[in-house]
This record gives sequence, structure tokens and C-alpha cells, in this order.
Amino acid sequence: MSETVDVSGHPDGDLSEPPRDRDVIRRARIDESCRGPVLFFVLTAVVWLLVGTVLAIVASVKMHSPEFLADWEPLTFGRVRPAHLNTVIYGWSSLAGMGVLLWLQARLCRAPLRFHRLLYAVGILWNLAVAAGTIALLTTHFNSVEWLEFPVWTAALLGVGFVGVMAVSLDLFRRRTKHHIFVSQWYLFGAVFWFPILYVLANLMIHLGMATGVAQGTANWWFAHNVLGIWFTPIGLAAAYYFIPKVLGRPIHSYYLSLLGFWTLALFYNWAGTHHLIGGPLPVWLTTVGTVASMMMFIPVITVAINHHMTMVGHFEKLKFSPTLRFIVFGAMSYTLVSVQGSLMALRNVNETTHFTHYTVAHAHLGMYAFFTMAMFGAIYYMLPRLLGREWPSATLIRVHFWCTGTGIFLYFTGLSWGGWRQGEMMNHDTVDFLAIVDYLIPFLWSRSFAGILMTVGHVAFAILLWKMWRGGQADAQGPTQFPARQPLTERPDDGDVADDGAGDAQQGESP
Amino acid sequence: MNRTFVLLAGVLLTVASSYVGLVVIPEWQLDPLEPVEAPDGTMQPQQPAGSVAEGRQIYSELGCIYCHTQQVRPEGFGVDQARGWGDRQTHPVDHIHDQPHLLGTMRTGPDLANIAVRQPSRTWHHLHLFDPETTSPGSIMPPYRFLYDRVPRDGGDPPEDALDLPDEFDDPDYWWVPTDRAEALVDYLLSLDHSYPIDDER
Repeated sequence: MSETVDVSGHPDGDLSEPPRDRDVIRRARIDESCRGPVLFFVLTAVVWLLVGTVLAIVASVKMHSPEFLADWEPLTFGRVRPAHLNTVIYGWSSLAGMGVLLWLQARLCRAPLRFHRLLYAVGILWNLAVAAGTIALLTTHFNSVEWLEFPVWTAALLGVGFVGVMAVSLDLFRRRTKHHIFVSQWYLFGAVFWFPILYVLANLMIHLGMATGVAQGTANWWFAHNVLGIWFTPIGLAAAYYFIPKVLGRPIHSYYLSLLGFWTLALFYNWAGTHHLIGGPLPVWLTTVGTVASMMMFIPVITVAINHHMTMVGHFEKLKFSPTLRFIVFGAMSYTLVSVQGSLMALRNVNETTHFTHYTVAHAHLGMYAFFTMAMFGAIYYMLPRLLGREWPSATLIRVHFWCTGTGIFLYFTGLSWGGWRQGEMMNHDTVDFLAIVDYLIPFLWSRSFAGILMTVGHVAFAILLWKMWRGGQADAQGPTQFPARQPLTERPDDGDVADDGAGDAQQGESP
Repeated sequence: MNRTFVLLAGVLLTVASSYVGLVVIPEWQLDPLEPVEAPDGTMQPQQPAGSVAEGRQIYSELGCIYCHTQQVRPEGFGVDQARGWGDRQTHPVDHIHDQPHLLGTMRTGPDLANIAVRQPSRTWHHLHLFDPETTSPGSIMPPYRFLYDRVPRDGGDPPEDALDLPDEFDDPDYWWVPTDRAEALVDYLLSLDHSYPIDDER
């Protein structure tokens, strides 16, 4: 990798070189054009990941030990919980998502990233707005509308900032050097339109009072479900669709399946949000629409699952070596699981039990963490060596990161799903005293705190890795950092993590 | 170019259709709803005003919705009504004044749509907010002591509104007195009564 960065002084590369080397040079030049802004988005995102993790632990401990930090209002549960959600959504996930989106789009358009100053301004604005919004949640009046708790003026700053990312991303798209649009590009193209539309309209409807009462509830869940489905999910899927073929060095199984997956996702995810209000005071047709759309989501989900699985078949042993692949495949499998689970939870007779319980909380973390966050980790493991021109400093720390976050989210999910399901069953038997349910749940709430500590250890390992990488990394590495560490060059898979000289970016399959 | 146009049109149309379907049409369908006349002659629900409106804001900013819903599910779907959380399913009319809505999605604690019917006592609410274990042993609700002022005991009579805490929660050196915020929050909780009948013709 490091040798490819040196050639950036040759504006057009050496045309006498074989095409394969020209591809390497072209990619290196694009990576270099992304370096500053993408690093800024990714590194500040990880700061928010750490802040959000601390808030998560505080909120989690308060649930089983309510006297913990109880006497200072800014740290009361009802303020810390939305502060956790908003820092991990708008801080970590959105900033990391934008960084990955810009880099992927530049790579796939084969066009260098421009407008650096604009992107820095957006990055700084976005960070300040998330900080101001979080402080507002902890200290001032705020409206507890889930996923939209930030005061409307902070939301306005986020919206204005996003226009910059949207413009730069579309500029890349306009300058793409191949007429063909790769699968990942469909998702990224959709995401940059969907997020601002959702965010602006939802804020207008709810915080500026254009909708009231129950209609505000449907606006709330139209947004909160869609921000997952047509903002984070497309970025996570774009990353999976890019990195799985990339690391394996083989094309995606079927271009047509991925098109089907994209359009059915766009069509059905949009209508699924009202399943969050089943049994609520709504006209029945509204929740029925949500249930039907949730069932239809089986189409894009199964499509994506088949496509990813068929691409991976016969190559699972590469998970042993490649950090990127390991995180991305963990994320992609979780996507299938969380989507199937989500569709089932929209069925009335399942929802009757799971609604209003920790089962839903577990489900939300399976989506935002096991799928999206793990996919972003995988993307960062691939991007950073190319952006910085050095290798990850420690395979051991990467291993700590993977196993702590992986087992952490597994424990989190199983504990709260089990406890949450029983919670729902007991709640639906009026002979069970409510406080008996509270009492039953306490060990499961402890298991969540324990899982949270494991995930925290993973995040700290990741932060240390990033810090060391930023400070120098393995500038003189003989090869990519993989599991198991320090493998002799000859034993590495030839198309592994950092050996970026396989086929080009066209592995997402061409349409004929 | 063609392909980009199809992509752009599809991206915009899918989200626009769901916006119209799940946001605009419900607002249009529910906006004309009016308060109904209760058996006692009052119009219900009432627009929160004064300390009730203040209390509603405090309910929102202390994040009560993250553990308490304000919606009673219909008969045959859960046992909300058998638990005594209400005698009927909540109706869109019950929420016409809600800004922001406080429907909630989590029941770490019980539903509060009719908490004023279940717990009409002001004293109960103050004790419960001050420390939930005073009234509900085993509760994991956070204590809201920060909504109460500590007044040193000087040997004289307690302040008129001092909390009458059970012995094991009593502090020999201080009285605890509700702040205006605590009073407003309790005013709001005591306004949560959706027991008036509604002709359901949805």
C-alpha cells in the first residue's frame, strides 16, 4: 500500500505501465483526494462513539440501580437515554456514515473528492450542532419525541450542513467516469436525498407543530423507522456490497438481484414505520399498511441475503485473515437477522407480546449496532490504511475490538430478547403483578450493563488503534495487518485485506 | 443520463408517497376531530393550561415517555384494560391537544393514560416522585429528589407542604418541600384522565 501513495506526484500516472498498475495509481490518487475530510468525519465520529458509549453505560446501570447518580438532574435517566441515542445516531453513526459514503462514492465514481474546505466546514458544523444538541438534552427543556429530541435550531444546523455533503456527493456522481452505475452507488445516491427529506419534513411536522396528536405520532415513526431504513441501511448495504467482493476479489453474485433488492427496499421500507404504533389510538388502516409493508420487506432482505451469501460461498476461510471482511460479514448477517425479526415483530400477534418491552430495545441494537456499526468498523479498517498510507499498528488490538464488540452485542441481544419476551408475556397476564415483572427483569438489565462494558472495552481498543494509527502506525510494514498477526508474506491470501491490486472497482457486476 | 433520471425519480417518489400516505393523510383525517361532551357537561379533552401545561413540559423534558406510555390498547390485544389502565381503548380524540405527542413506546413502568383515576392523591404522587420505593417497593423508577427543596429543621413546625415521609425515608435534619416544578408535574399527572366515553366510529 505505502508504495502506491508515492506515485501521487504523477498526475496521469505512467501510461507505459500495464493497466493493472494504472488502476492502482488511479485508486491511490482518489484515496489521497479523500484523505483530509474523510479522516475528519471518521475520527470525530469515533469521539462521539466513546461519548455515546459512556452515556449508554450510565443509562443502563440506572435501570437496575436507580440510585446511581440520581441526584443531579442532567444525569437523570430520562435525559441520559435520549442523549445516548442522539450522540450515537447523529454523532457516531451519521458522521462515520458520511465519511464512508464520500469515500465509497469517490472510489465508485472514479473521481477525486473536491470541495475540501466545504466538507471541513460541514464536519465542524455537524460536530458543534451534535454537541450543542446533546448539552441541550441534558440541561434544558426539550421535547421527548424519539429520534428527534434535538432542539429545532440544532436540527436546522444539521440539515444545512447535510446539504454540503449532498452537493459534494452529487458532484462526484456527476463526474463519474463510467456510465455504468454500480450497486453501491444506487444506495448511496438514494441515501443523500432520503436523509434530508426525512429530517427536514419530520422536524417541520413535529417541532413546528404542523401535525398534532396522533398524526404527530405517525410522523414520528415515519421518520424514526425510515432514518434507519433509508439512511443508515443504504450506507451499510453499500459498504457490504462494495467490500465483500472487493476483499474476496470476485464479483457480486447477481446484478439483477441487487437491483430488485434496491427498489423493493425503497418502496416498502418507506411504508413500514407505523408498525411501531400497533394497538395505539390510530385509524386501523395506518397500522395495517405498516404491517403489510413490513411483510413485503422480506423481498429486499432475502434478495440481499442470497446475493451476499452466494458471493461469500467457498470463501468463508478468508474471515480468518481479514479484519474488514470479518466486521462486514458480521454486519451483513445481522442485517438479514434484524430485518427478518423486524418483519415478524410487525405481525399483530407477535407485536402484542413484544411491543412496549426490552425485546424492541434489543432489536434496535441488533440493527444499529450489530449491522450498521459493525459494517462501519469494517469499512474503516479498509479505508484508513489507504487514506494514511500505513498499516494498522496491532493485530491484537483489532482482535480485542472484534471479540469484545462481537460477544458484547451477542450478550446484549440475547439477554434483552429473552427478558423482553418474558416481560411481554407477563404483562399480558393481568394476574401477574406489575412490580413482579420489574423484579423479574433486573438480572437481564444487569446482563445488558455487563455486555455494555464488553462493548466499551472494544471501543477503547478501537480508539487506541486509531490514535496509534494517526500517530504513525506501521509505516514500514511488510504487508497488511491481518489475523493471525505477522504472517509471513507468502502465506497471506493474495487478495486479502490490503492487497488492493486485484480487479478494479467493477466487481459489483456490470449490466450487459 | 436516462438512468440517473429514473434513479432520481424513483428515489423521490418512494419517499414522497410514504410521506403523503403516513403523514399528510393521517393529519388530514384526524385534524377535524373536536372535543366531546363528557357526562358531567365538560368538554373533553381539555387544552392543558397554566401549571398543567408546565407540568406537561416537565414530563417531556424529564423523559418520562422512555418508560411510560399514554395509550390503552383495545380489548383482546394485551390486557391493558384488565390491568386497570383504562376502561376503553384510547382514541385519536384523546390526543387532539398533544404537542408534542407523548404516546410512548416502552412500559418499564405502567401506562399513565388514566393515572389520575388510579392515583388521585396528590400526596401519593409527591411521595412517589420523591422516592418511588416509598409507595412502590421494588420499583426501579429513578427518584426525583432534585424536584424537592431541602429545608433545615429548626425544631418548630414543619412547612405546610413538607412531605410526610415514611420513617425509613425520613431525614431527622431536613424537611423536603416540593418545588414549583414538582407541583406542576403533579398537576399534570392529576390531569391524566381519559375515562370520559367516546362513541367509537373509526
